[in-house]
Amino acid sequence: MTPAGLDSLLIIVPAYNEEASVGRVVEEIREVLPGVEVLVIDDCSLDQTAAAARRAGAQVLTLPCHLGLGGAVQAGYKLAFELGYQYVIRADGDGQHDPRYIPAIYEALKTSGCQMVIGSRFLEGDGAPSSLVRGLGIRFFRLVLRPILGQRVWDPTSGFVGVNREALQVFSKSFPLEYPEIEALVVLQRRRFRFMEVPCRMRPRMAGRSTITVMKSFYYIIHVLLGVFVNVLKYERRRR
Amino acid sequence: MEELLDFTAGMSLALLVLVLFSIRRQHIRVEYSVSWFGAALALLVLSRWPAALETLAGWLGIGNPPLALLLIIGMLFLLVIFRLSVIISDLKDANIALTQRVAILEYRLDNLHGEARTKA
Repeated sequence: MTPAGLDSLLIIVPAYNEEASVGRVVEEIREVLPGVEVLVIDDCSLDQTAAAARRAGAQVLTLPCHLGLGGAVQAGYKLAFELGYQYVIRADGDGQHDPRYIPAIYEALKTSGCQMVIGSRFLEGDGAPSSLVRGLGIRFFRLVLRPILGQRVWDPTSGFVGVNREALQVFSKSFPLEYPEIEALVVLQRRRFRFMEVPCRMRPRMAGRSTITVMKSFYYIIHVLLGVFVNVLKYERRRR
Repeated sequence: MEELLDFTAGMSLALLVLVLFSIRRQHIRVEYSVSWFGAALALLVLSRWPAALETLAGWLGIGNPPLALLLIIGMLFLLVIFRLSVIISDLKDANIALTQRVAILEYRLDNLHGEARTKA
């Protein structure tokens, strides 16, 4: 994997036990973006996720211990930063992120000057959250984040995210390890980085079932809320 | 009151002995035994020195010294547990960084081997 030029792009796909879908996800990405490297981060899966990803033509970074989503994504960011990539876009291994929207995210990253671009399912008005609790959580975090970020964010829980090298440098050193999407926005805001959203569609999972339950959703809200305020407090201290 | 103080002194001594044996058998590292030693010694002193306990209870505004002793025990062990949470958090951070580094190094090593094989 050798990045070339100022526009070098790496697609990272964090995956845990996604043997049934990760191969198709990689193939779809390679169809949309032939020649672009795809790196699957296998978070110590118990099934054949790594082998399926390799068969589909992806590079695989295999974690020796299960770190969870944030740890896996950060490992990908670290490797991309060390290899000199300018842009990294994350797409999940369960197939919910439609690769046809990757070029729009990439274009926005290159032209907008924003350090982060989020693929948002709500910008075109037809996105629907996967559950009632998740929908309420998204609305709640929109309200919480508005004054903190100084701008509206429609889809704060979207993991379909692209970052440029500046953000990559920050995330290589500091990245939320559990439920990273919302806290990552606050981490960037602390550095006065900018983000924007581009419309995209999310699809149902290609295989398997989501592990998110009602109880986990409530735990998610409390955990992320605490993480957001801890990050805001860090920011206030830095400014003084 | 006397019975409670005797019981607390006995438990403090038992804790001290347990920590010492654990260090000797290398079940606990010396640096992590310090907070347990501190807590056990503080309880031993308070349970064998009622005047100090009564003074402390007065400072806390608690008329009943045994109740003050229970409160102090609770606070001491909360502090020890909090310190352990800090240590566990540090260890988790280190573990994550190490895991990521091992994975990245392994990936780069595999790539180097692949390149070497291609050249050969």
